[in-house]
Amino acid sequence: MGLFILRRLGVMIVTALCLTFIVFFLTNLYPNLEKLAKTQGNFRMSDEAVASYLEKRGYLDPMPVKFGRWLGVVPGWVTEAPDGTVTGRCFAEGTPPEDRRTFCGVLQGNWGQSTVFKDDVGGIVLERLGKTGKLMGFVLLVMVPSALLIGVLAGMREGSPLDRSLSTFSIATTATPEYVSGVIFIAVFSSSAFGLKWFKGSATSAMENATFENFTLPVLTIALYGMGYIARMTRASMTEVMTAQYIRTARLKGVSFRNIVLKHALRNALIAPFTVIMLQIPWLLNGVVIVETLFNYKGFGWVLVQAAGNNDIELLLAVSVVSVIVVLMTQLISDIGYVILNPRIRIS
Amino acid sequence: MEQLTWTGALSGLNVVFFAVAAALILSVIASIAVSIFARDTGPLGVNADGTLMAPLGMTGMTAQARYYSFLALVVVVLLYVVGGIAMGTGAGIIGGLARNMLPVWIALIATFAVSITFKRKLGLYGKLFDSTIGMIGFGLVMFWVFAGVMGGAFDMLITHDPLSQFSGMKNALPGTPLRGAEPDDYQWFLLGGDNLARDVFSRLIKGAWIVVKIAPFATLFAFMVGITLGLPAGYYSGRLDTFLSFLANLILAFPVILLFYLLVTPEIVMTGIPNYMAAVLFSFPIVFCAVLLNSRYYTQPSLRTPLLIVVLGVLIWGYLSLISNDGAIVANDSYRIPGLPEFADWIDMDSGLLTVFVAVVFVNAPTVFRIVRGLALDIKTRDYVAAAQTRGEGPWYIMLWEILPNARGPLIVDFCLRIGYSTILLGTLGFFGLGLESESPDWGTTINSGRRLLSLYPHAAMVPAFALMTLVLGLNLLADGLREESLRD
Repeated sequence: MGLFILRRLGVMIVTALCLTFIVFFLTNLYPNLEKLAKTQGNFRMSDEAVASYLEKRGYLDPMPVKFGRWLGVVPGWVTEAPDGTVTGRCFAEGTPPEDRRTFCGVLQGNWGQSTVFKDDVGGIVLERLGKTGKLMGFVLLVMVPSALLIGVLAGMREGSPLDRSLSTFSIATTATPEYVSGVIFIAVFSSSAFGLKWFKGSATSAMENATFENFTLPVLTIALYGMGYIARMTRASMTEVMTAQYIRTARLKGVSFRNIVLKHALRNALIAPFTVIMLQIPWLLNGVVIVETLFNYKGFGWVLVQAAGNNDIELLLAVSVVSVIVVLMTQLISDIGYVILNPRIRIS
Repeated sequence: MEQLTWTGALSGLNVVFFAVAAALILSVIASIAVSIFARDTGPLGVNADGTLMAPLGMTGMTAQARYYSFLALVVVVLLYVVGGIAMGTGAGIIGGLARNMLPVWIALIATFAVSITFKRKLGLYGKLFDSTIGMIGFGLVMFWVFAGVMGGAFDMLITHDPLSQFSGMKNALPGTPLRGAEPDDYQWFLLGGDNLARDVFSRLIKGAWIVVKIAPFATLFAFMVGITLGLPAGYYSGRLDTFLSFLANLILAFPVILLFYLLVTPEIVMTGIPNYMAAVLFSFPIVFCAVLLNSRYYTQPSLRTPLLIVVLGVLIWGYLSLISNDGAIVANDSYRIPGLPEFADWIDMDSGLLTVFVAVVFVNAPTVFRIVRGLALDIKTRDYVAAAQTRGEGPWYIMLWEILPNARGPLIVDFCLRIGYSTILLGTLGFFGLGLESESPDWGTTINSGRRLLSLYPHAAMVPAFALMTLVLGLNLLADGLREESLRD
């Protein structure tokens, strides 16, 4: 087991390195750098001015060197201007030479500066992650119990009216992406055109103070899309369990239906959905980006859109590192959890 | 001209409609309640474990109530449509829509009539018409396919130009008469105007065409890539499998939206990366077809050689005209790779659309790869594969002519689901304003531009939202029906 986790962790690190390098490569292509220089400097820069701006900041060095600098395994750039002022990646202008650090990258805990927010990337990402964590927490709280309930109720008697209605409901929710359900929810529950005005169409105020009124719609929008899939998987697993021999035996022994479902079927039926729920979390990230844009909730997804839209290289890298880690960690947890939950599987 | 109401002269039917809808909901709730308390599953219920349960009167009754109220609802809806076709805008907005959609109705009825008549001779497709869910799904999908093809490719259904603005129609409510209309213009904006005073209905139909044009083909290309790589990965296993699976997992670990932002922004498009990706990804169908035909007919060179020349010639021509624009495969400031000259370029796809297409294929391919690999791993242990190996068949023959046909069931079902997912992805791209032009009538872009005025004029965003929902729902129901019918035998 320990070896298995170690191997998985190794693969994870390799994957994360490859992915960040791809992001690094794409964000550091020349047209992107040119746009960066023009937004940071001014929009009427000539081509030569752009080139010298980028040259001075080490953007024109070979790609592996730049990536190494970002990681913190290659010394940061140091440029000496003709008038003698020395600027560098790792120190502010005017730092005495003995205080200048050579390495500053992710390994040293330095995630760089955001060009959009003019702030430290690590701080921004942590702060926004907290906000999104709140959203995700509520989403999971709504989504997982209701999805499991729907799945178990539907799968307990295959083909019954309850099963058909709940299955249709779960198909309908998987067919409604967040930007569709969100738009419909806002129009129906918060617009003056329908006149209901039960909830707020914007979740900006929920960042500080989440209430039932301003947080229901965003949570519901994400939860609904993910719910259908989990419910269908739970239903499939439940129907499979209900056809098993030991259920028939229990039924023939005269155990009541309620006890069959609660005591005999439920535990075995919930093993498969656990994996599905864990693997669903990375998908929620997508929903989070859409919903945070739609409801103007300034969390992690909103930062992703800002960073990607403005080619804020270091912020974008941090964002992708975080999301890749989320994806890989959930995969790892789902594998380990599956082994623990299911005694039939043993990893040698 | 006065403002249209929703149902016009047919408003007498509304009471009936709501009554029937309420009856349907009530009967569904009643039958659920009965199924919980009465502990049986209908007339002679068969439990999943094979035991039987005695029927009870209540269950049968609620089932019948459900059935008849559903039938009544269908009849009322049909009345609206037929009345609308007969009376046009006399029957309000719904009447106007029904009359405008007349070619779609005719095509739908013809498709259903032909398919149901010959359903026993049509294989899996014919069996679809045994399942209600499958038929509903097929109907929804074909509705949008016909609407897209007729409206988009032949300009039949649309009432106004989807790109031009009409004065005084900004944010007009559904059913607003067109101000200053000429006698031969269509007199109303059936579904209202958007914030740039364009007709929402015509944009809806044009948007359907964009989806119908891209989503199935993008899914097909993703399947070609997934199958061509997934079959050897599953069949050979070992190093190849490890390597390809690692690549697939790498792409799958990206959040989709981040990937879209990285691939579809104008700066990246300028570097030509999407064009290179198109050149690689779109070559897979050629490889697939070449291997498919060669592995089967290589023992008969007199048949194989002309066949391959014809098929590959057509495919390579299509490939080159798909990836080249204005006579170049990649054209930017610094260099230019020449492609097919313009006169031979029969697929007219502008570069924005091509980028979107590539992005959707790229996101879908790894998942297809994983499915195909899993199926191949399972099927290669079967006896018929061992028999083929004993006969001395080549590995590609076994993969493409033994394993692939036996994996078709799950693949067809996944194909339907995946078209729905591609539709959602296209909408996501539009929603973030990536790839397509800002005035493009596709649904995602329209939802995005309509959402800013959602609290005052919800119709501009709601209309494409509902359209997207029904199309994806239709594809999901279709997949469900296909799965049910393919499991039956």
